[in-house]
Amino acid sequence: MRDIVLYLQMHQPKRIRPYSIFDIGERHDYFDSYDQHTDNRVIFNKVAHKSYHPMIALLKRLVDDVPNFSVNLGLSGVFLEQCEEYDPALLRAIKELVATGKVELAAETYFHSLAFFYSQFEFEKQVAMHTEALERHFGITPTVFRNTELAYNNDLGRWAEESGYKAVLTEGWDPVLNWRSSHYLYAPMNATKTALFLKDYRLSDDLAFRFSNRQWTEWPLTFEKYKNWIDALPEEEKLINLFMDFETFGEHQWADTGIFDFVEDFFRSWCASDNRAVTFTEALAAHPVHDAIDMPGTVTWADNERDLSAWTGNAMQQEAVNALYSLEDSVLRTGDDELIRDWRLLQTSDHLYYLSTKWFDDGNVHAYFSPYSSPYDGFLCYLNAIRDIRYRVFEHGERGLPGRG
Amino acid sequence: MQLKILMLGWELPPHNSGGLGVACYQLSKALASYGVQIDFVLPSTTKPHEGVDFMNVLPVTACQEQHKDVYKLSYANKDITSIKTIQADYKKFVEQYLKTHETPHVIHAHDWLTLEAGVHAKKISGVPLVAHVHATEFDRSGGGYGNPFIHEVEQHGLLMADRIIAVSDYTKRLIVQTYHIPPEKIDVVHNSFALDKLSPAERISYRYLDMLKKDGTSIVAAVGRLTLQKGLMQFLDAAAKAYYRYNRLAFVVAGSGEQRDELIARAAELGIAEQVIFTGFVRGTAWRQLYEIADMFVMSSISEPFGITALEAAAHGTPVVMTHQSGVAEVLTHSLKYDYWDTDRLADIMVNIASSHGLREAIAANASSQLTRLSWTQMAERCLNVYHGMTRGAAHA
Repeated sequence: MRDIVLYLQMHQPKRIRPYSIFDIGERHDYFDSYDQHTDNRVIFNKVAHKSYHPMIALLKRLVDDVPNFSVNLGLSGVFLEQCEEYDPALLRAIKELVATGKVELAAETYFHSLAFFYSQFEFEKQVAMHTEALERHFGITPTVFRNTELAYNNDLGRWAEESGYKAVLTEGWDPVLNWRSSHYLYAPMNATKTALFLKDYRLSDDLAFRFSNRQWTEWPLTFEKYKNWIDALPEEEKLINLFMDFETFGEHQWADTGIFDFVEDFFRSWCASDNRAVTFTEALAAHPVHDAIDMPGTVTWADNERDLSAWTGNAMQQEAVNALYSLEDSVLRTGDDELIRDWRLLQTSDHLYYLSTKWFDDGNVHAYFSPYSSPYDGFLCYLNAIRDIRYRVFEHGERGLPGRG
Repeated sequence: MQLKILMLGWELPPHNSGGLGVACYQLSKALASYGVQIDFVLPSTTKPHEGVDFMNVLPVTACQEQHKDVYKLSYANKDITSIKTIQADYKKFVEQYLKTHETPHVIHAHDWLTLEAGVHAKKISGVPLVAHVHATEFDRSGGGYGNPFIHEVEQHGLLMADRIIAVSDYTKRLIVQTYHIPPEKIDVVHNSFALDKLSPAERISYRYLDMLKKDGTSIVAAVGRLTLQKGLMQFLDAAAKAYYRYNRLAFVVAGSGEQRDELIARAAELGIAEQVIFTGFVRGTAWRQLYEIADMFVMSSISEPFGITALEAAAHGTPVVMTHQSGVAEVLTHSLKYDYWDTDRLADIMVNIASSHGLREAIAANASSQLTRLSWTQMAERCLNVYHGMTRGAAHA
């Protein structure tokens, strides 16, 4: 008997339109429709059609038909807002799914930000905003925390324990685990009340990244083969954490790859025996904490480095993130709700990710997932938006100059 | 079997006015390192070309008396009669060469200036001809039809050639569209570049620019011939827009050409005469030093088949901004790009680079690692493939 914790993250950023220096001070519509690449409504509707609707319907079938199947979802605040505005029917479908009682929702930052690493105040504010949104939409108060990009270190573990969370999610990265397996429940250093769920990145990435890759030696992956891999694990390893983007299903792996059939067949077959797919809470009740894990350095779920370098690794990203958070005090002091909200929308981690130059090279341009034709183009839009924020602060009679903490 | 190539060129450094001479020199040198024997015909005998010991440079002596600097003629396109005279002498010379020398395996002609001679040589010798297109008349005329005479020579030569080498996909598309040449006949071989490092002793100083920089002013450099093709009128319009948004900018326009007076007048009209510095023609140290001093390099061409200068600037750690209408954009992806007519966008880019250290650093670091993967050796290998394909074809026929 084994438990799978399936956790799917639903998120869409509010992309910044091509916004030039000639727009600064003239219009503050960074997130408005301008071209097809950055049109948030168009993109949301496209992903909803390809992924959100069919996958939510699939999950609903599973929770209705399969008694021992439950699922965990992460819904960012910016996702919920766009869902409400662009596709109310989808929000209703998600609510119906959650209402079955077989779905657990995770807490996170409303704006899908990296605020934890830059401002404790801002971070806590955004977590509170997100919890409030979950309570409003679903009547649920989350008890398990997932930070943006699964970014985690000991400080976050301590914060989660102090804030009363039952568990935190992060990456089960080998260099951190050493000889240990991710197939147990762990705990942050010195924690007594909070547990740690570690992602099994091999089994997760088999679906998230490799499923449709014909160069992969295991292609095509059948649900029987995948189940055999798990069945072959040592008897005592009883907890499998599969964490991935919700968009894996239908958007990253298109329907014609067979991903939907795979996931439905797999879980029906998996749950047909005494195995389960469980919520975080069910897993916490069934599995003892195995060990405490020391993570002084920050771990994320990205790239081979598993650090924050995809978001803050190059000089542009550092400049952007420093400019953003140096405005915190002056933006908040204006008390201008629209301005504060725009500044917060700029904190969404995707904006920084678009500035990464790691994958932007000859021959590799198509692998680069961004609405901009280059990271440099993305930087232009982002920094001009930041300058406009500074301009608006200045209009409020504040000195929105860089360096003012 | 040693491959023997008859190269028909127009200029070689240091007696050159642009990228054509540099590309011919570097390509020949790299080919020679693969054991290719090259006889390189030049229409000028200005001086023995120092450092050229890897091939035979054959000057068309008849040209010498008439025009000392023939290469200067070719770009202005004005003195067609003189060019025609030189081309006639060039043709005669090649004809004589074929009678007295061992027959080459391939004739490799660079640009329209040598194409007539190339076609003639092919006709009398039966040796396959490859036409290497570094620029078309469409580029030189800044996107227009250009000189009908040159247009005709170019079209005829490209039709007659057995293979065509284009310096970029951009140029290949242009050849297909303008001259209706089947795309299968064209191979793209991107240029590379070779960086001559400056020794400290060679350094010269642009005192005025240094002073501006100390004062927090960013220097935008544009280097090239001052002709319609280079899109400098649009560059100045963008410069003015940028300057009125962000006044810590100065613009250096380095080069000479027939558009100079018009550009100076335009800068004055736009009210930025003081911010635009015209250096005149620069070469050697002064030219490379300019890349180093500049905070960004703008290649504003309306149509640029390749644009080696962009690679040279990037190699000096200077962020490059170029038009989408540039072939070099295909190999230097770590750069900012715009359409030559989009002056708002260029202004936006210039202000952003000037005001962001992070942007400058990210572009420079990534571009320089991208450059290390380019080489003339690689280019020579592609060229060799073209030769081998042609000589095999001849053997079968």
